[in-house]
Amino acid sequence: MDRLVFLLSSGLARGAVLALFALSLVIVWRAARVVNFAQAAMAIAAVYVAFAITAASGSYWLGLIGGLATGALLGAAVEAGLMRRVPHTTPLPGMIVAIGLVMILQSGLSIAFGPQHRTMRPPFSERPFDLGGVPVLSPYELFVLVVAALVMGGLALLFNRTSLGLQLRASAFAPETSRLLGVRVPRMVTVGWMLSVATAALAALLLVPTELGLNPFAADLLFVNAFAVAVIGGLDSPAGALAAGIGVGILSSLVTGYVSASAAPLAVLAVLTAVLLLRPGGLVAAGKARSA
Amino acid sequence: MRTVLRAALLAALAIGATFALDPFRNFQLATAAGVFAAVAGLTVLVGLTGQLSLGHAVLMAAGGYGYAAASTAAAEAAPESAALVLTAGLAGAAAVSGALGLLLGLAAARLRGPYLAGLTLALVIALPSAANVLPLGGAQGLPAPFLPVPDALSRLIAVEQWHAWLAIGVAAVAVTPLAVLRSGRAGLRMRAVLGDETAARLSGVDPARTKTGAFVASAVPAGLGGAILAITTQQVAPGGYGLAFSLLLVVAAVVGGLGSLGGAALGSVLVVALPWLVDTLVDAVPSDLGQRLDGNFAVLLFGAVIIAVTVARPGGLAALGPRLRIRSRGRAAAPVSPTPDNATPSANTER
Amino acid sequence: MSTLTVERLTVGYGDGAPVLDGLDLEIADGGIVALLGANGAGKTTLLRALTGLVPARSGRVLLGGADLTGLPTEDRVRRGLALVPEGRGVVAELTVDENLLLGGLWRHRAAARRAAVEEMYDLFEPLARRRGAHGHSLSGGERQMLALARALVARPDVLLLDEPSLGLAPLVVAQLLGVLRETARRTGLTVLLAEQNVTGALSVADRGVVLSLGEAVADRPAAELAAEPALRHAYLGF
Repeated sequence: MDRLVFLLSSGLARGAVLALFALSLVIVWRAARVVNFAQAAMAIAAVYVAFAITAASGSYWLGLIGGLATGALLGAAVEAGLMRRVPHTTPLPGMIVAIGLVMILQSGLSIAFGPQHRTMRPPFSERPFDLGGVPVLSPYELFVLVVAALVMGGLALLFNRTSLGLQLRASAFAPETSRLLGVRVPRMVTVGWMLSVATAALAALLLVPTELGLNPFAADLLFVNAFAVAVIGGLDSPAGALAAGIGVGILSSLVTGYVSASAAPLAVLAVLTAVLLLRPGGLVAAGKARSA
Repeated sequence: MRTVLRAALLAALAIGATFALDPFRNFQLATAAGVFAAVAGLTVLVGLTGQLSLGHAVLMAAGGYGYAAASTAAAEAAPESAALVLTAGLAGAAAVSGALGLLLGLAAARLRGPYLAGLTLALVIALPSAANVLPLGGAQGLPAPFLPVPDALSRLIAVEQWHAWLAIGVAAVAVTPLAVLRSGRAGLRMRAVLGDETAARLSGVDPARTKTGAFVASAVPAGLGGAILAITTQQVAPGGYGLAFSLLLVVAAVVGGLGSLGGAALGSVLVVALPWLVDTLVDAVPSDLGQRLDGNFAVLLFGAVIIAVTVARPGGLAALGPRLRIRSRGRAAAPVSPTPDNATPSANTER
Repeated sequence: MSTLTVERLTVGYGDGAPVLDGLDLEIADGGIVALLGANGAGKTTLLRALTGLVPARSGRVLLGGADLTGLPTEDRVRRGLALVPEGRGVVAELTVDENLLLGGLWRHRAAARRAAVEEMYDLFEPLARRRGAHGHSLSGGERQMLALARALVARPDVLLLDEPSLGLAPLVVAQLLGVLRETARRTGLTVLLAEQNVTGALSVADRGVVLSLGEAVADRPAAELAAEPALRHAYLGF
């Protein structure tokens, strides 16, 4: 029983990070109709910058802000400098270019920083609180949950309550109509990429201290799991990403705890396959899905 | 028939070429042949049906495991007959990779673009876990029996050259059906599905069956490619078939020109030879930097190359030949316009 | 002031023969101009080329003397050009209210935007009752109303309408055209109305332009056009 409570609570924190990363995939999918396979590599590049800033200034918070800004800049640069030039008649060229970008970023980071894992110190303790003899949630996990909730709430407000959000949504759903209403659609696509990569960078920043450490491939598994989450939730649905993220986080925590760590990726793969075969548009597909 | 003759001729040429190479080069050639079989399967899949698989390394691994298991069993039953061991192994490779390809193909029939790519990616990432959970020998993998040079040839050639011959033969057997398939009715059906699924359905082509079939047709050569690597290295382990290797297969297909078998051959040689060449050069750079460049610099180059190819020259290496010929034939003549810009009034994505 | 001028405009798709070939046209300030012509005459292509959705091979488009030719669609819109496309182009995932706000974003600051939207609710009663409804739940008539209202929120100088009557009940068409004429008169808005429904269009228009095979073959007062049987037979098919 104690073990179950512990696994559930740490699964919740793991799920929050997953949901955040999946949300970043949903944002860029909605903005540009691409699945950004380079999301993990771009996020990790931003984390390296955060790491360097923290090392130089001694402040975790400066590093956090720097990492987010780097993510946003990187998103803008990749969209305006690269993705905009890729033919969009089919999704294939965009995916291949993203894969090329993964190779460049990961090998570039390996060349610049070496392959070793760098330890990132979390800003709060990772020792779980003790609630009547039952270990639940460490202060760091609590921090992760709070940050994830704040960011998701903020993004929801941005998209649903501001005129920028209205333009972002309109450009995503109906680019031509939006242009006819004077919306600068190309700019909205860039903004979508900036928001998306900054969110992904935040998720990676939250994840790295709980893993082996920072190296160029540290977010690969996060990306694959988050992709599974985004697909399970429906690529178009932020709420679906949140729910599926928490669900998959708890599932992989339970499988890790009760079976083995190496069975967790298989469990995620099995859920992904089942959902794709039963409901190809995801669980929260809104009506008939737009064609990719 | 002409295709088969041409394949036999090319294979004979390649076997002749092994006499000009030293053992290490022959080992590289055998590796390139294994990669070629997989890339050929991948390039036909992507080029003709537009489905991107990031998981062909896993199909290769499946073939490798199938080969290792079946050939080991055959070697225990009939230790004397190398031909039987090889045949059983190849049949095992084709069966296992074909079965996995069928499963993926069933998924592929229902999925489009990014979903399939993501599923195959998840498969690659899950391979080490699968090797641990399933009876596949964990990170160590499975051993495959050593195939010695036949007595009749043992005075003539070294074992690396013999393995290169085997590799070339298996690759020819794996790729030739693809060439036949591509130029036949099945190829036409695949192109129809790529062009417009609804229109294809209206002309009596079943997109789901076509896509599933294409995936199986692409998986079996990949599995045989895995068998080739198992023959040359006498083992199959999950570490060799990770994401990096899977992406290299994509690189080879893209650089060679999607859909082109000749391009696949060039691309395979490139992804085998270039990293080795770069690493040899990098070894000349002393100290820490050289160590960091080792293995990474080639990947960096490949990444840049596939972006450049995709943005600037989607035909890849295969399209370079005809293009050069056109150029040299008449510079004064109007340049052949590359595919006209999609000028239809908005690819109506709005509901 | 906001005269729309088309100079030697040539537009085509792919490598094919041009749909519009060296078209010259001048739409004077104020009033409603009906753009008539059979299927394939180039009406929709002209409207899309005016807004920059289809690139022109050559020629110029001027609005009030300013050259729009090189500008992207969104900047042409911000210069005072509005298009209500055929098939209505309502953003199905947004509510009626959001669609209207979107239309006024570039023109108005927040408070004025709200006022402009409320003005549209006064003009189009049925929309006011469905503010919170999503685009995909609207009827055909409501969608056309919304598309028109959304274009008017931005107070354009020139409004381009592509087949607003397509697939709508006659009563709804009459109501829409009535609102259009009323608005044009009140605000001095210039309207270019592409229609296959010739009688309906000519009944509200001041002038009529007939397109045939990419050329303007007639440009006369609406009443004259309606009364000219030879022209009707030759180009409009009735």
